Amino acid sequence: MTAIQCVDVSKSFQQGDVKVVGLDHLSLIVDEGEFVCLSGPSGSGKTSLLNAMGGLDSLDSGEIYIGERRVDQLNKGAKSDLRLRHIGFVFQAYNLIPVLTAMENVEFVMQLQGVDRQTREQKAMSILKEVGLEGMEHRRPSQLSGGQQQRVAVARAIVSEPDLVLADEPTANLDSTTAVQLVDLFLHLNEKHNITFIIATHDDRVMSRCKRLVRMVDGKVVSDTVQ
Amino acid sequence: MGTFRIAQIATLVLLAWRNLWRNYRRTLIMLAAISVGVWAMIFLTALMRGMVKDALTRGIDSLPGYIQIHNPDYLDDPSVVNSMADPEADLRHALDEAPISEWFSRIKVPAVVSSERDTRGVQFLGIDPQKEIVTFETLTIVKGQMLSSPSDKGILIGEKLAEKLDTGLGKRIVVMSQDPSNNLAEQGFRIVGIYRAELRAAEEVNIYTGMDTAKAMLHLKHKVSEIAVFTDDEADLDSLQHKLSALAPNREVKTWKQVDGYLGSLMKVMNGFVLVWILVIFLAMSFGLANTLVMAVFERIREIGLMLALGMRPVAVTLQILFESIFMIVIGLLVGNALSFISVAVFADGIDLSAVTQGLEMAGMGSVLTPDLLVDDVVLANLVVLILGILTALLPAWRASKYDPIQALSRDS
Repeated sequence: MTAIQCVDVSKSFQQGDVKVVGLDHLSLIVDEGEFVCLSGPSGSGKTSLLNAMGGLDSLDSGEIYIGERRVDQLNKGAKSDLRLRHIGFVFQAYNLIPVLTAMENVEFVMQLQGVDRQTREQKAMSILKEVGLEGMEHRRPSQLSGGQQQRVAVARAIVSEPDLVLADEPTANLDSTTAVQLVDLFLHLNEKHNITFIIATHDDRVMSRCKRLVRMVDGKVVSDTVQ
Repeated sequence: MGTFRIAQIATLVLLAWRNLWRNYRRTLIMLAAISVGVWAMIFLTALMRGMVKDALTRGIDSLPGYIQIHNPDYLDDPSVVNSMADPEADLRHALDEAPISEWFSRIKVPAVVSSERDTRGVQFLGIDPQKEIVTFETLTIVKGQMLSSPSDKGILIGEKLAEKLDTGLGKRIVVMSQDPSNNLAEQGFRIVGIYRAELRAAEEVNIYTGMDTAKAMLHLKHKVSEIAVFTDDEADLDSLQHKLSALAPNREVKTWKQVDGYLGSLMKVMNGFVLVWILVIFLAMSFGLANTLVMAVFERIREIGLMLALGMRPVAVTLQILFESIFMIVIGLLVGNALSFISVAVFADGIDLSAVTQGLEMAGMGSVLTPDLLVDDVVLANLVVLILGILTALLPAWRASKYDPIQALSRDS
């Protein structure tokens, strides 16, 4: 079954007097449970595509479907709901709310969803254990390493069992060992929970591990290979 | 979707509380500003109320009376010609009933007093010292003695008048005025007592003798200048005024506000002034509050972008910022109120302002300033700070909710 489908999507941005093309009539289908990397140089449109998929940005033209639901034309409130209930995000940096503990950061999305306290706590504890952070539940982000913070972000992204996880350069600020461990965690969660991962990266450590590599240049898909 | 559950509100409250202490120095400074502002609003208002209350009390005691009864022309021309008959039985009966606590009639006419050395214009008062107790609560006999009865032939003058006339206890002075036929009425008096008044300016103006003595000098039979009325029910003077007016159709019955326009307007002006005072203090405070919130939001743009990206509704972002400001305001109010109540308690016996007594006397106020804390003023100050504080926070809170998640997340930290 299709997790997300982009049909002829286009998006451009105004930078001063120059109009920059972010996405150029791009089409892409990602099935449920796939582990996809979007690769390409800076400015190739990876982040623009993730932002469009996640409802964080609008399109100039084209369509995006999550499951069978068209999402590009939703209003702001509906897009907020979409992100809250169906999509998990892992950003390059600043993933966590500094005044909340690791456990509270993981519970944050579930609280917004209205999940009851007992269920939240059980799920949060379980997922933090799964990502290797047992015993660190009550630490704040400032008390965690970069890798540990990203693990908390991953835990938060998947705790509410989203349809897909969108990760934008998640290993950019990590050392090699930590980056590899993070990608391995992604793969583990992908295989265990059948969560669809779409990761924008130009990190070889990530690209070498992904199952499907989509290369982008200037807002277009130039190659799409299963590894 | 669109309603908030308790858990979601609890999350926002938790975020607000923790974010409040993220930059604890800035928060403490803002809390100090709010606390001091609230303290200034309440305590200084209490001091101003105390000043006014003091002026009113002294004014009413000096008039004297909450209600005065005169000949209709007396207030325009307080001469002996505009005297009125002693109160009739009906009126006297009403004056002896509750809620009237005391009343007395007196002679009060302009006169000239002369000593061996000097001559001064004064107010010549013929009184019943046994009935007019309230007048002598404001006076202290520094030499000699009080008048003993309405038939006392001695005279009581103020200490400052004695200095001006270069006279003293036991000496004689001459008082000159007019009788109802416009003939000269004069008499020599021996000074039996010298008094000091709380409002020292009064010492140069008022001289007292027994009422019967004054009547005899002025050829007034069964007539008086004014009747002063005191009551236990200050709040309902209008109905008392109407009642006495009905029983005294040929007389003018006026409340203290009507007799003394300055006193009457003092309360009204004070109420308006308190509101303006509170608003001005809040205005000064609001700049700091707004700036604190703007900075707090500015420092958290990326975090706000993250929360919006994760699916938090913009209104929840607004609520979180508002909760933060409410915490700050409430804590500031609690501390400010506590400081105010402590200040009022510490200064419950008054602040001695003898050094500036002369200036205060001109406004009819004494030298000891006692705070008068009114519940209405406390409530007003708290409501102004709370409501206007929340309104001040609305703009930065609303603007925070309008951030685009992508742009917010891409800001430099």
